[in-house]
Amino acid sequence: MAFEGLADRLQKTIQKIKGKGKVSEADVKEMTREVRLALLEADVNFKVVKDFVKRVKERAVGQEVMESLTPGQQVIKVVKDELSDLMGGEQSKIAVANKPPTVIMMVGLQGAGKTTTTGKLANLLRKKHNRNPMLVAADIYRPAAINQLQTLGKQLDMPVFSLGTEANPVDIANQAIEKAKEEHHDYVIIDTAGRLHVDENLMGELQEIKESVNPDEIFLVVDAMTGQDAVNVAESFNEQLDVSGVVLTKLDGDTRGGAAISIKAVTGKPIKFAGMGEKLDELEAFHPERMASRILGMGDVLSLIEKAQDNVDEKQAKELEEKMRSMSFTFEDFLDQMQQVKKMGPLDELMNMMPGMGKMKGMKNLQVDEKQIDHVEAIIKSMTKKERVDPSIMNASRKRRIAKGSGTSVSEVNRLLKQFTEMKKMMKQMTNMGKKGKKKKGMNFPFM
Amino acid sequence: MSFFKKLKEKINQQTEQVTDKFKDGLTKTRDSFATKMNDLVAKYRKVDEEFFEELEEILISADVGVETVMELIEELEMEVKRRNIKDTSEVIEVISEKLVEIYYGDDEQEVEQLNLNENGLSVILFVGVNGVGKTTTIGKLAHMLKEEGKTVMLAAGDTFRAGAIEQLEVWGDRVGVEVVKHSEGSDPAAVIFDGIQAAKSRGADVLLCDTAGRLQNKVNLMNELAKVKRVITREIPEAPHDVLLVLDATTGQNAMSQAKTFSEATDVSGIVLSKLDGTAKGGIVLAIRNELSIPVKFVGLGEKVTDLQAFDANSFVYGLFADMIDQSTSADE
Repeated sequence: MAFEGLADRLQKTIQKIKGKGKVSEADVKEMTREVRLALLEADVNFKVVKDFVKRVKERAVGQEVMESLTPGQQVIKVVKDELSDLMGGEQSKIAVANKPPTVIMMVGLQGAGKTTTTGKLANLLRKKHNRNPMLVAADIYRPAAINQLQTLGKQLDMPVFSLGTEANPVDIANQAIEKAKEEHHDYVIIDTAGRLHVDENLMGELQEIKESVNPDEIFLVVDAMTGQDAVNVAESFNEQLDVSGVVLTKLDGDTRGGAAISIKAVTGKPIKFAGMGEKLDELEAFHPERMASRILGMGDVLSLIEKAQDNVDEKQAKELEEKMRSMSFTFEDFLDQMQQVKKMGPLDELMNMMPGMGKMKGMKNLQVDEKQIDHVEAIIKSMTKKERVDPSIMNASRKRRIAKGSGTSVSEVNRLLKQFTEMKKMMKQMTNMGKKGKKKKGMNFPFM
Repeated sequence: MSFFKKLKEKINQQTEQVTDKFKDGLTKTRDSFATKMNDLVAKYRKVDEEFFEELEEILISADVGVETVMELIEELEMEVKRRNIKDTSEVIEVISEKLVEIYYGDDEQEVEQLNLNENGLSVILFVGVNGVGKTTTIGKLAHMLKEEGKTVMLAAGDTFRAGAIEQLEVWGDRVGVEVVKHSEGSDPAAVIFDGIQAAKSRGADVLLCDTAGRLQNKVNLMNELAKVKRVITREIPEAPHDVLLVLDATTGQNAMSQAKTFSEATDVSGIVLSKLDGTAKGGIVLAIRNELSIPVKFVGLGEKVTDLQAFDANSFVYGLFADMIDQSTSADE
């Protein structure tokens, strides 16, 4: 990550205070200053930061922190609590109209990702809610915007309603809804053109569409990388259209995403979804808790756990555990396990979600070589069934054959065999520990 | 001579049209920025700690970036002491002077031109994250270069995003330049390669290469971009003559990370600051220029094909303070 997290920042201040025994008001002031800087660096709007820091200070000067043995951690806890309060609970529900179709309108600045999000949202409605949406191309201004939505429609195998670039967006929206009724679509998602919140004519056009079709949801799509201006954008769109929710896009980047706090603070509207990648299934429910951790630079353990849960088959996991215990873990199982981890996404992304990774030496810009994993996979796949189950039969000629088959070298094959043996040894130790009842404590993550 | 006067004289040497564009494009920015500054001066007669604190907030609200702002304030405090400035209105002038100074550093050259190869083909590569306006900028730049009498060609290197190739084609039609393309999903390096061959054989002056938007933390995609650049250099050793990073003016501190990472992959030689006609200030370009010495070459000030302007920090700062400068210099006269 580009910036020091709040945890790192506070650590420094705490080092200074440590020997003191008692935390003075001045110390608290210095700590809240760090909180302020951390939030500003995360792009939280300065006005929002001001109010926020004031609240933190009030709580921090109180007994809660002053008398605590670990004031630094207490401050972080206060900040995190306040942040979570501000962000509110999770809300990823989408309205359902009494009389179908339910109409959703997508609005936002140019380049925020409205069209892509329209496609993703339609996909989510079909996959998770079993709906039958129709897409509407109402962006008549940007060159090829209609084309883009049509291509997405093709990829999703979903109908896209368009009247070309000559029609009026209000007419397009109205006719689309009529068509949706005829063809029994239960959701209509209208993709509007990106516009500046200060462009009176174009904002007027959105109001006209709104009055004419009376949408059940108006989603404001905002780029997670937006800086201080996020408040102006959100405030203005909300004032003029009374949006019902926010979608935060490009959250798979390395931005802290302080805009999320600013938007929530000035509009009070829930952030419902987050765009997490370029593929059409990468729209997720927004988790305020996790966002709070991210803005403070504290990693995202919960997302990591969820990713694992999504991708690991529970039955398989049980079987694996059994095998580890009984020491019958083979290369076959190893291959299975590797594929499951790979399903969770690129390894360096997973590493980034772990808190504290940034602090470890050499871990900061660690890039996991995915090719290395492919090599290991190739080596295992070049083994015979027998070899996979019982590596002890491996001899020089077998190793040569495997190296040739996998396009690697004998030394690489040797390395993998050695690693595998060591891994088995480790498993043995761990399971033995379990038997003796000495439960291994869970990893101690800082501040969690 | 006062700084504002000097600035105004420099501006006067430029064509009125350019300055007006900046003035109009930055109306929103200037209004809020100037209003805030005026309020500040009205509120605090004396230059004291509170004054600086509020000033700090105004600058941060322009996305200048915490670190740069802290630096700036520190320098200002020293300058105020040195010159024995007591009146807050005088400080405003020192601020604009410092802003221009931060931007230029020790550099003498004031307006950064494109590095065009005068006798032969120039290749310009466009890079940036998703949705910043790469394709639109290419369309506008193609128009600008064509107006200058150059033969321009476009290469549709964004083979990933739905509709990206068609978008570039629409721009090609509008401006009247040829577009080299492959189908969606094909190898971008191959498209650019074909673009270079076509531009060579047609004797074009400039080839503008579009690429797919990518977030800078996607290692594979950044590697792909580095490959595109290698392919260009293999065909023409001194190319790409410019690698332009397009930054959205509404982007906050992440712009710095974008500038760093894209530079590592493709050796960015200049920045295009797009969408500056909103209320965003794009203050982060000051920090980027200051820390990474990457100059801003163009700014996008609107949606029309003519709304791309060569960047000039004097005009930029003049745009921010225009009303105040006019007031102050007319009072002098």
